Amino acid sequence: MKLFPIKGGIHPEYRKELTSEKPIVALPIPSVLYLPVQQHMGAAASTVVKVGDQVLKGQMLARGQGVVSAPVHAPTSGTIVEIAERTAPHPSGLPMLTIVLEADGKDRWAELPAPIADPFTQTTQVIRARVGESGIVGLGGATFPSAVKLGLGDKNKLEILLLNGAECEPYLTCDDRVMREYADEVIDGARIMAHALGAPQVVIAIEDNKPQAAEAMRKAASAQPNVTIVGVPVQYPMGAERHLTQAVTGRETPARKLTADVGVVVHNVATARAIHHAVRFGRPLLSRVVTVSGHGIKEPKNIEVPLGTPINDLIGFCGGINGKIKRLVSGGPMMGQPIVDTAVPVVKGTSGVLALTGDEVNERPTQPCIRCGTCVSICPCGLVPVEMAALIRNERLEDAAAIGLQDCVSCGSCSYICPSYVPLVHYFNYAKGRLNALDRERRKSEQTKALVEARNARLERIAQAKRDAAARAKAQSQNSDVNKADA
Amino acid sequence: MRIAVDKSGPFTHAPTSVSRTMTLVLAALLPATLYDIWLFGWPAALMFLVTVLSCVGLEALCLYLSKRPVGPTLADGSAVLTGWLLAMSMPPWAPWWVCFVAAVFAICLAKHAFGGLGQNVFNPAMVGRIAVLVSFPLQMTTFVRPAPLGSAGSPGLIDSIGIIFGHSPMLDSLSAASALGYIKTELSRGIPVSQSILTAPDLTSLALGTHAGSFGETSAFLILLGGLFLIAKRVISWHIPVAVMGTLFLLGTVFSAINPDRFTPGTFQLLSGATILGAFFIATDYVTSPVSKSGQLVYGFGIGFLTWVIRTFAGYPEGMAFAVLLMNALTPIIDHHIRPRAFGRTRKGEPLPLNRGNK
Ligand code: SF4
Ligand code: SF4
Repeated sequence: MKLFPIKGGIHPEYRKELTSEKPIVALPIPSVLYLPVQQHMGAAASTVVKVGDQVLKGQMLARGQGVVSAPVHAPTSGTIVEIAERTAPHPSGLPMLTIVLEADGKDRWAELPAPIADPFTQTTQVIRARVGESGIVGLGGATFPSAVKLGLGDKNKLEILLLNGAECEPYLTCDDRVMREYADEVIDGARIMAHALGAPQVVIAIEDNKPQAAEAMRKAASAQPNVTIVGVPVQYPMGAERHLTQAVTGRETPARKLTADVGVVVHNVATARAIHHAVRFGRPLLSRVVTVSGHGIKEPKNIEVPLGTPINDLIGFCGGINGKIKRLVSGGPMMGQPIVDTAVPVVKGTSGVLALTGDEVNERPTQPCIRCGTCVSICPCGLVPVEMAALIRNERLEDAAAIGLQDCVSCGSCSYICPSYVPLVHYFNYAKGRLNALDRERRKSEQTKALVEARNARLERIAQAKRDAAARAKAQSQNSDVNKADA
Repeated sequence: MRIAVDKSGPFTHAPTSVSRTMTLVLAALLPATLYDIWLFGWPAALMFLVTVLSCVGLEALCLYLSKRPVGPTLADGSAVLTGWLLAMSMPPWAPWWVCFVAAVFAICLAKHAFGGLGQNVFNPAMVGRIAVLVSFPLQMTTFVRPAPLGSAGSPGLIDSIGIIFGHSPMLDSLSAASALGYIKTELSRGIPVSQSILTAPDLTSLALGTHAGSFGETSAFLILLGGLFLIAKRVISWHIPVAVMGTLFLLGTVFSAINPDRFTPGTFQLLSGATILGAFFIATDYVTSPVSKSGQLVYGFGIGFLTWVIRTFAGYPEGMAFAVLLMNALTPIIDHHIRPRAFGRTRKGEPLPLNRGNK
């Protein structure tokens, strides 16, 4: 298959060899699981259980709220012992409503929805409903509810379901292992998704540093004429949705549009596997594969982890921390989030837990920018990071936005490459946060203004109606007086 | 366990640093420098040392006065590089005080008055060179013929100290004009270029540096190798050097074809003066050149064009330094107007039209 070049990008040290040859092992069910009600993008789910309830494995604990949301299920059977605010697995460390489940060790299944026998004869609605009620979200880390994304075929004529097996983040090997060990499940899930999307073609893109995964997938897909496996060059951030779409199809998604607008929908390989489980067996999303790695981990592993498992347990399962670590990261080192507290749980978006030593993170004091322009030439989005950062430093956030701040995908390439160690992405995240907050405030004050105006108008209407009624009543009584007089 | 979360990602970093970059540039200059020292003897070595040490000392002084950390900042190597490039652009036997004044202009005025590393608008080495060229034209245009170390014409160490730190009459007897200066003078005497170029150093001698000229212009070949090394190491990209040299070569070739009596040919433009040093090492100075590749092409073209204009029509036979400074002044404007095309947008910054076939 012909590939197309993507602009910029970097070649970080991948260090995937730490875990790439480690088969996925299942974590024994921990004694206590912590399940935040929001593990996805969109509205938080609302709890449907109360403290003291006995729940079974696969039972729904919290229901999705509104269109963009996802339910949360019990990863094992046990008792709900607490529903309270706890530190969320988010860099802010802010508390979030969390359901605490004490496992009973029996791992008894609830009655699951019946398998969908022949999904290819079902309507897209049936598949989407199943995916939605199974709590499946994008497992690549974006955690966007998959059912919503499977609905993109309604408005757009789609040509390609692009399955993202690039796994361009250093260290992470969970997708690699899933493709090697569960190729059939991934291919089946992908075909179901393509059917739901109405996309005639499935393309599975795998970076060239995972030849075994590509081989396994090729074998599993050999009987499927509409499924193609393509090797894409090893180039970070190849796995970014728009860039992968461009690399594979040559189509450049216009700003503020979706890849669906150019006929392509991108899903992660692990998501495809989860959808296979949901459709074929009625199993909701209860666990995910997590890469636990970094030189700070004694025995790095790929682990199938029940959602809600405290990161502490994971690290313990891998032999604990080895020596002095500098950073603890959830996800990959490029776009991952710092972990505030190892008591926080693994959630649907946790693709990796990395304990990184000082040598691995290679942090140094920031020096003055020497305008070397490297950040400009490697930015995969064609932005000018050095200039945006300078504007943000002077609090000129709107000006930074005018030269493309909101187009930045926070891939981290610019910070990674900067010889002066300028924390460019840190500036961008700060500025994006501020701008979004300002935007919200503006919208809120506009909304308040609109509400006040609406209220005034309503009061005015009521007053007017009263006045009219009074006038009518008066006129009527006058009329009746006249009538009386006439009579 | 709780861990500090004082910064967002990435949590890994390329093994680069400012000092690594500077060291690579210095390494690229080293062969040419050693060759030049051999070519021009002890006085050149002293001149080189005086210039570099002045720059480093003045940098330390400026940092100290502005209460900034001296040691770590010196370690970035930028002052050494400025001094080194400045030395490359001086006549090989320039007296110590000319070098020192140039260093004051380069480090104190061009660099620290603007706020230090990364803040300066003008290339410090070129500011230093121009300042002394304008102030001391005699000393700055007195070049010596090469007399390799150990040869009869090469002064010993003691004499050399006299040449650089005192006044020595030896200079006068040895002095010669640089190739570009020679052509210019001949032209002003009414001798057409087509004739004077025959008596000027030929291209091989220009490439090998066996002719009079400033310290760094006399080893075009080794400078070129150094420049290619920097491109291979990705310290610089090809854009600026190619734009500068391509423009100069084209203008030279075209105009000398039209009127060979008035204009020097493209090859001569390329190999004479500090063209190669300028194109690879001066014009590519990060701080004072545009950050985008397309901006760099425009900037390089501007330098090539202005160099040619100044060399051909203005009073100074050497145009590179002026051209670089003029384009330095335009760098912020180039950066403002020429940005890369953002993903999913047109050059103007509008979202691309929706077109499934777009490539
Ligand atoms: S990479 Fe760093 S030093 Fe180079 S221009 Fe960008 S911010 Fe400045
Ligand atoms: S983080 Fe943003 S600005 Fe930096 S390279 Fe990635 S897209 Fe470009």
